[in-house]
Amino acid sequence: MIIVEGKPLPEIVSMLAPFRRVFVLGCGTCATVCLAGGEKEAREMAEALLLYRQQQGEPLEVKVAVVERQCERELLDSTRREIEEADAVLSLSCGIGVQCLNSYYPQKVALPAINTKFLGYPERLGVWQENCRACGDCLLDYTLGICPITRCAKSLQNGPCGGSKEGKCEISAEVPCAWQQIIERWEKHGTERFPEIRPPRDWSAGAAGGPKTVVKGDVAFAERE
Amino acid sequence: MQNGSKFEKLLNFGKFVVTAELGPPKSADLSIIRRHGECLKGYVDAINVTDNQTAVVRASSLACAVELKSMGLEPIVQVTCRDRNRIALQSDMLGAVGLGIHNILCLSGDHEKFGNEPGAKGVYDLDSIQLLGVASGMKEGRLCGGDKLDGPADIFLGAVENPFADPLNYRILRLRKKVEAGARFIQTQCVFDIELFEKWMEGIRKLGLHERTKILAGLTPVKSARAACYMKEKVPGIVIPDKIIERVARAKDQKEEGINICVETIERLREIEGIAGIHIMAIAWEGVVPTLVERAGLM
Ligand code: SF4
Ligand code: SF4
Repeated sequence: MIIVEGKPLPEIVSMLAPFRRVFVLGCGTCATVCLAGGEKEAREMAEALLLYRQQQGEPLEVKVAVVERQCERELLDSTRREIEEADAVLSLSCGIGVQCLNSYYPQKVALPAINTKFLGYPERLGVWQENCRACGDCLLDYTLGICPITRCAKSLQNGPCGGSKEGKCEISAEVPCAWQQIIERWEKHGTERFPEIRPPRDWSAGAAGGPKTVVKGDVAFAERE
Repeated sequence: MQNGSKFEKLLNFGKFVVTAELGPPKSADLSIIRRHGECLKGYVDAINVTDNQTAVVRASSLACAVELKSMGLEPIVQVTCRDRNRIALQSDMLGAVGLGIHNILCLSGDHEKFGNEPGAKGVYDLDSIQLLGVASGMKEGRLCGGDKLDGPADIFLGAVENPFADPLNYRILRLRKKVEAGARFIQTQCVFDIELFEKWMEGIRKLGLHERTKILAGLTPVKSARAACYMKEKVPGIVIPDKIIERVARAKDQKEEGINICVETIERLREIEGIAGIHIMAIAWEGVVPTLVERAGLM
């Protein structure tokens, strides 16, 4: 899932300064699980904004709703009226939701109340961990389920650097060394792939090489017809 | 193939070599490199120039290597994967060879978090083993992406290894990967735990790696017990046994004791089969190198 975190209130207040009618829109999937953009957070956000404007003696009308996912057009349609009536939408979703809103409602502005941090999963209550950099060419079969691109601070692919110590990464005693973990996975499953030399990667499959589109030929074709 | 590296020739000749490390200045004034170079003249066979070591911005390794070269010294340019992608790395290596600097040491680099630009985007397009492979290709006139060079690059290729990092039993295999990727000389992390180092070398000999690459044992003289503690705690990859720190702490003249320990370590290293030389990393204490070399009887 996409891991997100709320922006500081002063930043949000300042981006909303030009607007009077604000629609606070939560997102029912990742942002809810991250305790940053669900129903509760959306309501609290609306209250905080009202309070702030009251103190400043400036008017504000706020409406609040939550959609299941802001990154799908059909799911945004349930709040079409509120979006159209507002001067601005304050989106409590990841950057994808914000862009989706702006693209489907180009006459409106949708602003981010949230910082999109990374792709990962909740490791334990209140802790989210980064797991994937969307490299476009997954190698988890090689490492047996630990992503060195993401979990190794230097994205090394051929084994641990010289800073690995007692299972920890050189960047912090709080961060496990991904390569120590990978080696333990190999040992556990009796697959020894350490001697292999992994060649340079083609990063253009992922974040490098310009914005990407995935096209599923048959479906995309049917849609056009 | 004809090779322009004097350092390589000395190693092949079987000389027990000495290299030392110099850190470029945190300014555009390269005179300190010339001063340090002058003081090392006649005492070392080659001089490593670090590449923004510990991720602190400094004058470029290549520029300082050119300075040393112009003084008749033999520089080893260090290139890290942290700051440059494969385009820049290959370009810099071509430039270095073009300027007559053939010795190139490939490293991953200390993480950007440790330096004075912690907000920098770490590149890590290649890892150090991939970089070695790419440089080996350039020796045969081939670029990483498969394109042909207009002429091969005459590189004497080196790498580093830390025998004291975890997981310990994989350190030898990792070195083998580096050798297979083309490393013809290896400089190790500084040796304080000589017993552990001897064990590591035993493993290296078992795989015959000392016959395929020249291994230089790293050394760092400690100035004081406090400096040793700092290194042990703050510098990634350094392991210093407590008994060494205690020995320095007990000494009347801690600096002198640091030198004594270093000289003793050199003596023991010279007895280890498969050690081709030593590499002295005395950053901020460059002046000690001639003393060490003289006292260890290496010149
Ligand atoms: S290898 Fe690539 S796709 Fe697979 S988890 Fe890592 S970053 Fe994600
Ligand atoms: S210590 Fe481990 S996780 Fe950290 S950079 Fe080195 S290999 Fe990667």
